[in-house]
Amino acid sequence: MTAGTARDYEVAIIGGGLVGAAVGWGLARLGHRVAVLDEGDDVRRASRGNFALVWVQSKGLGMAEYAGWTVRSSNAWAGLADELRRETGVDVHFERPGGFHLALSDEELETRAQTLRRLHNQPHMVGYETNMLGAAEIRRMLPAVGPEVVGGSYCPLDGHVNSQGLLKALHTGLARHGARYQPGQRVNGIKHKDGAFRLSTAKGEVVAGKVVIAAGNATADLAPMVGLQVPMLPERGQIIVTERVAPFLRHPIVNVRQTDEGTVMIGDSREEVQDPSGIRIGINTLMAKRAMRYFPALAQLNVIRTWSAIRVMTKDGFPIYDQSRTMPGAFVVTCHSGVTLAANHALAIAPMIARGALDPELDVFSARRLDAQAHA
Amino acid sequence: MLKRMHDRPLVPVGITIDGRPFEAKAGDSVAAALLASAIGATRASPVAGSPRAPYCLMGVCFECLVTIDGVANRQACMIPVAEGMRIDRQPGLREIGP
Amino acid sequence: MTTITSLAADWDVLVVGAGPAGMAAATVASRAGLSTLLVDEGPSPGGQIWRAVTTTPVMRRPVLGDDYWCGADAVRAFERSGTVYLPATTVWSLDGQGRAGLSHGGGARIVTASRVIVATGALERPFPVPGWTLPGVMTVGGAQGLLKASGLYPGGRLVIAGTGPLIWLYAAQLLRAGGRIEAILDTTDRRARYAAAARLPSFLASSYLGKGLALMAEVRRRVRVVGKVTSLVIEGDQKVDGVRYACARRQEARLPANTVLLHQGVVPQTSLAMAAGVRHRWDDDQLCFVPEINADGATSHERIAIAGDSAGIAGWEAAVTRGHLAGIAAVRALGGTGDGLPDAAACRRRLAALEGPRGFLDRLYRPARSFRIPTGDTIVCRCEEVRAGEIERAVDLGCLGPAQLKSFTRAGMGPCQGRLCGLTVTEMIASRRGVPQAEVGTARPRPPVKPITVAELASLPAGEQDLAAVIGRRR
Repeated sequence: MTAGTARDYEVAIIGGGLVGAAVGWGLARLGHRVAVLDEGDDVRRASRGNFALVWVQSKGLGMAEYAGWTVRSSNAWAGLADELRRETGVDVHFERPGGFHLALSDEELETRAQTLRRLHNQPHMVGYETNMLGAAEIRRMLPAVGPEVVGGSYCPLDGHVNSQGLLKALHTGLARHGARYQPGQRVNGIKHKDGAFRLSTAKGEVVAGKVVIAAGNATADLAPMVGLQVPMLPERGQIIVTERVAPFLRHPIVNVRQTDEGTVMIGDSREEVQDPSGIRIGINTLMAKRAMRYFPALAQLNVIRTWSAIRVMTKDGFPIYDQSRTMPGAFVVTCHSGVTLAANHALAIAPMIARGALDPELDVFSARRLDAQAHA
Repeated sequence: MLKRMHDRPLVPVGITIDGRPFEAKAGDSVAAALLASAIGATRASPVAGSPRAPYCLMGVCFECLVTIDGVANRQACMIPVAEGMRIDRQPGLREIGP
Repeated sequence: MTTITSLAADWDVLVVGAGPAGMAAATVASRAGLSTLLVDEGPSPGGQIWRAVTTTPVMRRPVLGDDYWCGADAVRAFERSGTVYLPATTVWSLDGQGRAGLSHGGGARIVTASRVIVATGALERPFPVPGWTLPGVMTVGGAQGLLKASGLYPGGRLVIAGTGPLIWLYAAQLLRAGGRIEAILDTTDRRARYAAAARLPSFLASSYLGKGLALMAEVRRRVRVVGKVTSLVIEGDQKVDGVRYACARRQEARLPANTVLLHQGVVPQTSLAMAAGVRHRWDDDQLCFVPEINADGATSHERIAIAGDSAGIAGWEAAVTRGHLAGIAAVRALGGTGDGLPDAAACRRRLAALEGPRGFLDRLYRPARSFRIPTGDTIVCRCEEVRAGEIERAVDLGCLGPAQLKSFTRAGMGPCQGRLCGLTVTEMIASRRGVPQAEVGTARPRPPVKPITVAELASLPAGEQDLAAVIGRRR
């Protein structure tokens, strides 16, 4: 972590969060010389504020390819977890017991069913199991559920993980493979000269054969430096965290889950606001109320903290994977689901970047689709 | 092992600790009563089961968590004893109730 | 007695804390005609230094001493002031608009005040040595509270370890109460004496000196004091059974013990103010974070003022003075009756006179580095059982500060939200990175800063904007 002067790397990754670290680790494990540049401790980091789901159900309404991409990552996740554990000693506690959306009224249940029907009826949609379950079935699978739950959707491909552990494991892996992690080193310019990328930072220049921008919402500011447009629409979400409790909920619900430590996380909310330090108590109140309707026993648990975080969100919610035409070797990798897609980022995208180009199957994720929408 | 001195009569308050009767005094916090009962560890930490007992006695360390009258994870140093109070030590993680 | 449900929703002034500063501020504000609510976690007024002053069974004046009994007068004035007083109540959130979340008897409320005076006092500095989490190890301040509130004191073999005036005060009180102390292991850093000498003149001119020397002499007559202690290891399996220590020129020794009381100074309790977003800065003299305030306690938020030790450690008399100044400022801002207010200029002079000599004490009793920065298996974060070695490794992995460190190690993620580990984490990161503590900062606590149940949270009001954020989602 000493101040950098000009160095030669094969790939420089801008962003040391879940996406950047996953791509970086994926490249480093293939033997590439990698530098990961990151900002300081106090910057907004979606990697520290997420619900830690590895989620499949209901992804891809509006882009069937995204559903396929997600299923692929979910199926590769166990392998990622194993490899990280063997290599770094960090157990990220990946579990895929299947997950639920719960409904508190028949109307909610029907709306959910319709959404899933629309999703699965899309052309080119990957086939996988999602079941609509009634109250009795839900009660059998989730004994702690309350009497107001009328049913829900269940997908066996849904799971969750310790996302803080994942970030730590990826960074530990990066270090083991000799990758250079440089925090506190914000990139403020990218030049392409003589076949190399020159990244300017306050602590000196970093030179690399390729550059990957995986900087969350800040990707929008960096992408134009390599001739790409990446429209982002960050949004704020709030989470409630309870004290640790003995395991009672093995399956993640999309907005209530029990972590491997035993704490219970309750979400979720969405505001078009970018201040991560503000917390609206009223939002927490409504989330707490709803969680208690799902699981009445939550009522007595102590809340030990609540927090808000800014979600990384592209304009249409789907990932943006792009490569610069004007500066070959420059890539953008950004998405909302840095946890779910970590396996793909490390094990699919990193090899593509190593080969020098994203596979044609990822063309659909190019930001050009948003230009097309804008002009439509 | 605590000793007590007092310059006025102290009103006894009957409580139970892990089901066993104990005589505390009016004005004691539950933590004070536990310490006076020489019970040693008052909980096993939920992370690794380590023995813990009250440390700061002013509500900031959260070591003194016990179950009081059936409600788990209460800060014993912040709650005065009351006649008939049931105090139970917590071995590790609290269970979620019905 | 006011209950939480019958409480009015809006107040001129909300005071948090019933210690010397809080009571002083509330008394001034109430007497000037402002509607004043004082909320405190404890069962009776007095804060820590005057704990249980209205109920203590230790009634013989000489045992606890005059400084303690001054509290009785302050409580009387406070009780007659017209302040609405809500004991056994936590304040779990506060924002810049003066909205405070309260919790009492299992019920939560939000109240709003035009001015909030935070007087949350101090807590003991962490003292991370091997074995400090064992049953039978407590803080000197905590033991002092037990004596005041219940007349209880350690029997068996008691060892006190650390540095700072409170050790001598408590030891004297304990001896007067009939207690016995095996030894005091004094960790005062001998090098600190030289640094302190520069501040000696203003200290000599103050009343601190006389009091301090008398207490020390009283204790040293009857208790073995081992000076220049440079290391401590507390031993025991399920509870404390001894302390090993080393000091400057001698071999390591061991004392059997049933109780070990630790103290190396007190630091401001900043959780509520930090959660509210009040700006704080690192103070290199006191080695802790203090709010950025002026003499009247005004902060970076117009509606929030801070008084007492949570503004910076300066003792009870300074706390009372700060409380007066904050109260006067609230009265001036809100148009209360100006007659009968304490003279603000005189208060400011008094504050300067009281705070001046503190520099000497801060220097003299500055905890040695080795007691602020642990290594190896020593627990740093008690709640999450995170050890020093783990933190060192996380810094080496690239954690620049406490937020990332929290993420990698969970240090600070337990119920105390960093009250007992935050300073240690800041110092460890600063030391390992070779940068100042001010640059490293500290992780911001999040509401609720004291726990409330999910049910309590669910019982609070929510508005249209909240509904839109939660129910009106895409998914």
